[in-house]
This record gives sequence, structure tokens and C-alpha cells, in this order.
Amino acid sequence: MGMTMTQKILAAHAGLPEVTAGQLINAKLDLVHGNDITTPVAINEFEKAGFTEVFDKEKVSIVLDHFVPNKDIKSATQSKQCRLFAGAQGVTHFYDVGTMGIEHALLPEKGIVGAGDCVIGADSHTCTYGALGAFSTGVGSTDMAAGMASGYAWFKVPSAIKVVLTGKLNERVSGKDVILYLIGKIGVDGALYKSLEFVGEGVKELSMDDRFCICNMAIEAGAKNGIFPVDEKTVEYMDGRTERPYTVYEADEDAVYDETIEINLSELVPTVSWPHLPENTHPASEGSDIKIDQIVIGSCTNGRIEDMEAAYEILNGKKIAPWVRGIIIPATMEVFKECIKRGYATAFIDAGCIISTPTCGPCLGGYMGILAEGERCVSTTNRNFVGRMGHVKSEVYLASPATAAASALTGYITDPRTIGKEN
Amino acid sequence: MQAKGTVFKYGDNVDTDVIIPARYLNTQDAKELAMHTMEDIDADYVKKVKPGDIMVGGWNFGCGSSREHAPLVIKTSGASVVIAKSFARIFYRNAINIGLPIMECEEAADAIQAGDTVSVNFDTGRITDETTGQTFQAAPFPEFIQNMIKAGGLMNSIKEKQ
Repeated sequence: MGMTMTQKILAAHAGLPEVTAGQLINAKLDLVHGNDITTPVAINEFEKAGFTEVFDKEKVSIVLDHFVPNKDIKSATQSKQCRLFAGAQGVTHFYDVGTMGIEHALLPEKGIVGAGDCVIGADSHTCTYGALGAFSTGVGSTDMAAGMASGYAWFKVPSAIKVVLTGKLNERVSGKDVILYLIGKIGVDGALYKSLEFVGEGVKELSMDDRFCICNMAIEAGAKNGIFPVDEKTVEYMDGRTERPYTVYEADEDAVYDETIEINLSELVPTVSWPHLPENTHPASEGSDIKIDQIVIGSCTNGRIEDMEAAYEILNGKKIAPWVRGIIIPATMEVFKECIKRGYATAFIDAGCIISTPTCGPCLGGYMGILAEGERCVSTTNRNFVGRMGHVKSEVYLASPATAAASALTGYITDPRTIGKEN
Repeated sequence: MQAKGTVFKYGDNVDTDVIIPARYLNTQDAKELAMHTMEDIDADYVKKVKPGDIMVGGWNFGCGSSREHAPLVIKTSGASVVIAKSFARIFYRNAINIGLPIMECEEAADAIQAGDTVSVNFDTGRITDETTGQTFQAAPFPEFIQNMIKAGGLMNSIKEKQ
């Protein structure tokens, strides 16, 4: 029986000629990753069990990104614990203030993950690296600890949903609109325990940043992982970045899928998820009566350079509504530098926005943009659960960078296609 | 092994942000964290919960972030088990890894009401609603996971192999 792309990667890492959905396997890991919230718990478990050395210091990564630069003494203490552990273990891929970025933007950018890899990360959005043709999934801290100790993790081999993409995205419609549309269609548990395998003619029309965004939110449909085939764009992205040799896997022609979903990219419109679930999707044009207090453009979902570019094209030469707080967070220092170089940073500030150092901050209601009771935010982040960005009676509307930027200008949820171009 | 307690019932898609809001994740202290369990959807939970009590949810319980703090606070708050129609996959792994018993049973999650007294037998998967007299059978864990639970969790099972 044919295997899906995910199953092929898992079989190779389990040292088996083939695997089938539902099989429990022990797979060799190419990378074990954690952040400043999950790593301290993993370190405690690692040490409590009596382990003293990580299995391979080149294959562990720790990125401080959720609460850094540290927001308070407690978070500083957690960062310090990570820093001391990384230092003592000689962890190669340790990123602190100055070199850090939001983990799932940073690791691909630095070439620490690549096609064919088997990766676990103690962060649910670890599924992002599927954009590179890797198997990559989120786990908890104890799984991270076990991975750091042994270099292996157990998995139940997932079945898959095949998502066939056709057509081409229209202007000001992006990867975010694709994944929000899909989650709206199948629901927040529509892919529970499964892989979302994206295929079809439409794949080549999607940029790498679109693909990262789409795989990033696979977890928001309950999926174990999202994955794209490796094509010229993937290879071009990895060349010059990826340190380890990568392996390209392809799904068998007779691979078995639970179901097939077709999405014509040409038919998609700017999409927004109303509170309090990512599946509550509406066309952005339906939100013109919804007045907002804040926008956030950033996160592991939408803090990459194309996201900044999309925001710039809408904000350049304009002013955001006086009642809106505009918060823009480039996901890595490279993206930040590029925003300065291209003049985006100046344009954002002139438009009335602020630019922050990379941080997950507001996405999870940590800091740097917390909402008060009754406030509404259009955000390019990934979750709009109750209390996610602050008060339990605040509201998060998930959208693309273009939609968030357009909404900042008018002060209401706005379809970015209605905003004219300047210059 | 058995447990018995009063039921706290919630709906579908109980996410890890409401189980333990991220604003409290600047500490790993389980007792301190547990003071905020379910705070954003049920501020009374921590005031009312007694050791052994039982949490019941709908579909996709524990969706959202990978924070292991979520099953940890439920366990530390005193709850003995979570019964749900289905669990989000990271929460499922985390619950097993930290030793919070979970049971998948659609019929029980539908029938059991908040405030009922429920007893569970973890060895047989039997769930009894002592208030109504109804009994239910939860799906058993695969043998691989049963062995891991017997070994005392993931870290111990890894140690045994080495």
C-alpha cells in the first residue's frame, strides 16, 4: 500500500521499509526544540530523571521568544534557567536577545530545519516546518525532555487529508486567507490526529512565506502536521541556509488519504476569523461595522518579510485611524533589518504604528499589546480563544497582514482590496 | 485504581488558554499555576473543586498550545480524571506524560451532568454515574501506552530502555 509524504518520512526515521496509519513507531529525531516557556519544564524533567547530557548538542535548539526581552522577574528567571542549561550542555542552536527571533520564523531562516527532517518542538506551532517538506510536530515539555535525552520520540503514524490546490491567489489575498478558509471549512478538529498534505498545481504559485503560514496553522485544524511537497522554491529557499544535507520525500502515487479537499486559490477572498474560534470565518468585507481598537502584525504565523511588505503596501503614505493602536512585530532580527533597509520601518512609524523587537508577546496575551475589557484587535496571529490576548471580554479577529493593515487605516474590519495604492 | 467525585462539565473545544492562561506561564510552580485553573471560563472552579472530582468535556478537549502546564494544573487542582468525547493530540500526549488520567467516551460526556457524582475504574475503563445509575465504557489505551503508564510515565520508560 502506498504511503503519504508524512508516512515516508516517518518510516525512514523509524528504520522501517513501510508504515501504515495507526501504527505506533519510535522515530529518530533530527531536531528537538523548545522555547522560554516550555524548555524550563523540560529541563526539570530531564534532570529529575537523572539525565546529564543531551543526545546531540547540534540537534537541540532553544529559542527565547515568548517573554523576551523579559517582561518581569519570573520570566527572567525562566530565561536564565534556559541560558544556563544551554551553556552547560553546549547547545549549538541557542538564541537569546540580539540573535533571537520568533522560533518558527527563525529556525527555517537559519537553516536549522530542512526537507525530510523529523522534528519535535515543545510549541504547538512547530508544524510550520512542513513548508520545507519536513515532518514536524508540536509536543509538550516532557516529550521534549525525552527527545533531548534519547534522540527519539514515539508517534502514532497519522492518516492524511489531501488538500489539492489549484489556481492562483488574487492580489492582497495570501497564505493566511488559504489556511483560514480551510479551517473554516473543516473546523478546529477537522484534521484531528491527521496530516494535512498540500498538493496540486496551485502549490507552485505559493511563496515560501505563504507555505510557512499555511503549515503553521495546521494545528488550528487539530492536525498533527501540515506538509508541502519540495519544489524549486523550496530548494531555492534552503540553498545557502540549510547546514545539513536534506532529503526530498514524495508521496506514493497510490498513497491512501482519508479524504480529498479541493481549494481553488483564485476564488479565495480576504478572510477573517471572528472570536472565539479560528473556524468562525467570514469574508473581511462583512466586518465593515466592527470597530477596532488595535491591530497586531507579526507572530510565527505572519511576521516574515512578505508579511511586512504586504503591510507596507497598504500603510505607506497613510495614517492609521486615531483610535487604533498599530503594533508591528517583525519575527526575526533579519526581517527587522530588512524592514529598515527597505524603508518599511519609517513608513510604519509615519503611519502611526510602533515597531517592536521580535517577541510572541501579544499573541498569547503575554505582554506588548494586552487588550482591556471590551476591546477588539485585528491580529495576524493564530488563535482567538477567550482571553487569548488579554481580558476575557476582549476580542481577537484573525486576519492576514493586508487585512490588518487595511483595518488599521479605517478603524473597522476592512477588505484590503478596497484600499488604493499610493506612490 | 478507582476515583470518585463531583462533575465539573464544560463544552467542546476547551482550549489550553482557558485551562491555564499564558499570562501566568512565567512560573513553573504547579501549585501557584493551579490557582488559576479554568479561570477564564469558570472562575468558581478552583473555589469548588475537591480532591477526586471529575472534569467532563466535549470534542477536542485541550486544543491549542502545547503547554504541559494545562494537564498539570488540572491534576494539581485535585481533579482525578478528564472524560471527553475527544482530546486534542498534544494534550493527549501531555496528559499521559505527566500522569493525568484521561478517558475518551462520547456517551458518558453527553449523559453526565454537572454536579453528578461519578466513579471511574481506570483498570476496566468503566464509568458510573452514581446520580443517575447509568454506566459507560471508555475506549482502552493501546498496549504501548498502557506499558508507558505502568512504567511510571515517559521519562521512566526511556530510562528503562537505556
